[in-house]
Amino acid sequence: MPEAVLHEHHHPPALAHHFENLEEQHTAATLGMWVFLVTEVLFFGGLFMAYTLYRHWYPAAFMASSHELDITLGATNTAVLIVSSLTMALAVHAAQEGERGKIMFFLVVTMILGLAFLGIKSVEYMDKFEHHHVPGASFHFDDPALQQPAQIFFSLYFVMTGLHALHMIVGLGLMTWMFIWTKNGTITKDYSSPIEISGLYWHFVDIVWIFLFPLLYLLGRHI
Amino acid sequence: MSSSTELKLPPNNYLHDGYGWKSWLLTRDHKRIALLYLAAITFFFIIGGAFAVGIRLDLATPAGDMVTDDTYNKLFTMHGVMMVFFFLIPAVPATLGNFLLPLMIGAKDLAFPKINLASWYIYMIGSLFTLYAIIAGGLDTGWTFYTPFSTAASTSAVLPAGLGIFINGFSSILTGLNFIVTIHRMRAPGMTWFRLPLFIWAHYATSIIMILGTPVVAVTLVMVVAERAFHFGIFDPAVGGDPVLFQHLFWFYSHPAVYIMVLPSMGIISELIAAFCRKQIFGYTFVAFSSLGIAVLGFLVWGHHMFVAGESVYAALVFSLISFFVAIPSAVKVFNWTATMYKGSVEWATPMLYAIGFIGLFTIGGLTGLFLASIGIDVHVTDTYFVVAHFHYVMVGGTIMAYLGGLHYWWPKISGRMYPERLAKIAAVIVFVGFNLTFFPQFILGYLGMPRRYHAYPPEFQLLNVLSSAGASILAIGYLLPMFYFAWSLRYGPIAGSNPWGAVGLEWNTTSPPPTLNFEETPVVTWDAYEYPTPVEGHVA
Ligand SMILES: [Cu+2]
Repeated sequence: MPEAVLHEHHHPPALAHHFENLEEQHTAATLGMWVFLVTEVLFFGGLFMAYTLYRHWYPAAFMASSHELDITLGATNTAVLIVSSLTMALAVHAAQEGERGKIMFFLVVTMILGLAFLGIKSVEYMDKFEHHHVPGASFHFDDPALQQPAQIFFSLYFVMTGLHALHMIVGLGLMTWMFIWTKNGTITKDYSSPIEISGLYWHFVDIVWIFLFPLLYLLGRHI
Repeated sequence: MSSSTELKLPPNNYLHDGYGWKSWLLTRDHKRIALLYLAAITFFFIIGGAFAVGIRLDLATPAGDMVTDDTYNKLFTMHGVMMVFFFLIPAVPATLGNFLLPLMIGAKDLAFPKINLASWYIYMIGSLFTLYAIIAGGLDTGWTFYTPFSTAASTSAVLPAGLGIFINGFSSILTGLNFIVTIHRMRAPGMTWFRLPLFIWAHYATSIIMILGTPVVAVTLVMVVAERAFHFGIFDPAVGGDPVLFQHLFWFYSHPAVYIMVLPSMGIISELIAAFCRKQIFGYTFVAFSSLGIAVLGFLVWGHHMFVAGESVYAALVFSLISFFVAIPSAVKVFNWTATMYKGSVEWATPMLYAIGFIGLFTIGGLTGLFLASIGIDVHVTDTYFVVAHFHYVMVGGTIMAYLGGLHYWWPKISGRMYPERLAKIAAVIVFVGFNLTFFPQFILGYLGMPRRYHAYPPEFQLLNVLSSAGASILAIGYLLPMFYFAWSLRYGPIAGSNPWGAVGLEWNTTSPPPTLNFEETPVVTWDAYEYPTPVEGHVA
């Protein structure tokens, strides 16, 4: 990498004091994000474990509960997130090319899509409140035989999608931060790793949804 | 080293790099952050110890007349929560690990200094929640938070305590993440994987457990909090939920957590034995890989906590068998340490006393673990003092012995000054005697059938309980002494010089205390770990 050699003696401003060069700093940051994502896999893994157990115990209740979810809104949200992954990838590409305007444009589009996802999600949540599908004392399920295990389904639904939404909100915070860093010139062609690792995070959050959508919305549906 | 008193501390050391409170609370220096952790965990050790005093006082008489049963439940819960989550788990990695890891691999700092500082703040915020739980009426679920008691029945402060431990988990994750990246990316030129000190291998294995296990207990606590606060039903049998699922998820982390406490301690022991026997550790590669072996096997044995909780007999058989396998890498370490000492010129300095103590107590703790891994014996002694004695031998006899040994060994590097050697040796003996007197009787009590977690007991158990309480007060003296003489030595201890033990290892190749960036020049490593070619003279005896 000729640029790195060139900059070594000038000590580029983005280089932290304890790294030898930008290359080392970049690989450390990337590895750090991957390790963090491994942690995240285990974090959601505990929930998937609980889901698997109860899905196995109460298949009828899970299928009936799943039919109460709005598949149109869920599918729309899936599409929204997949497109946001594309725009995020384009932002990363722009960062590697050092094209500031493009980075900012794609970051903003990604953020709009993220907000759209959260908006649709809150419409769904409102609907659950209105239909007494929020677990707790006021929980009501049409089929009284499934009243109890259906409550487990909706408990898992809220914890899983709630934690996913929380990760989306953190992601939006990251995007805002990256937008500021791009605008004030911190992000350069040589120092694009913050955008890259934010992208890794964003893709991970999307992938979690790619698992949640079929597990929660598509049980026993036939097209 | 009589001339050492004429020496001066190096002027550019990290302790002199700024003096105000800001220079500490906003520092990014891994050495200062290690000291922030040291202060915090010492504080929580004292709090956890105070609860233990309450327990032992109550158990001095059979009638249980000092505290009510409810108060007693809170005492042992808060003792466990404080000691496990706020002392034992961060004890070695966040203090000695934080301080030494960059020094030992020849790096200027950890890979992410800001994240390192953030991890301390996260730890402190988590601890504030938990302290609040203590003040707001306490917690009575046991440190294990078993459902449905914790989610439905308990009237104590489960929410703040659960949140505090949830938050604290992220400090552990971030420390593990930082260590893994640092070991992968920041090693000095020539510092290959098989030249790494065994302390580093141990911390690498520990970090893997931290990043894989901690998130699982974190999300489990989220479910407990959701169930308690919003009446969600996940573990609640009233809606068809499974409380045993909680136990599975909890122990998936909390069994490996034992290795978060013990593996770094084993790393310390390897360093101490090499330094005080002046020898390469026998079977270096085996000891290195045994750390990874323990980390991997540790994730496959959690079911041994549920032999009586309703798991299938086949699952119990497999969990029992794999639990026995954990003994193999553990024994590999003990045998190799012993082989290293064999025909070595062992120097009986304080850290070495702790190392010997560790080997003895950890061996007893480990072997009684095999008793408990055998389903037949486990059913007999489940929830008795036998279990209590077993895990205290591992976690107190193991972790705290090694932690104290390491603290003495690296104190000259941390502070630049020596502690009083004779007093320290006396303290080490007091700790060893006090520890055994406290916990050995508990093996017998448990075998005779005294259950844990009761504030009263039949009169025939009194003698052994009085012995245990007497031992605890001796142990307390042994723990208090180092707090005082370490503090004393900060001002009055003789100047140590850069390498008072004549040890090899990069941390001894820089000044004591080291400069903020650790080395004047990035070291280039051309030697293996623990290369002691000839006996070194002139070290402190
Ligand atoms: Cu265990």
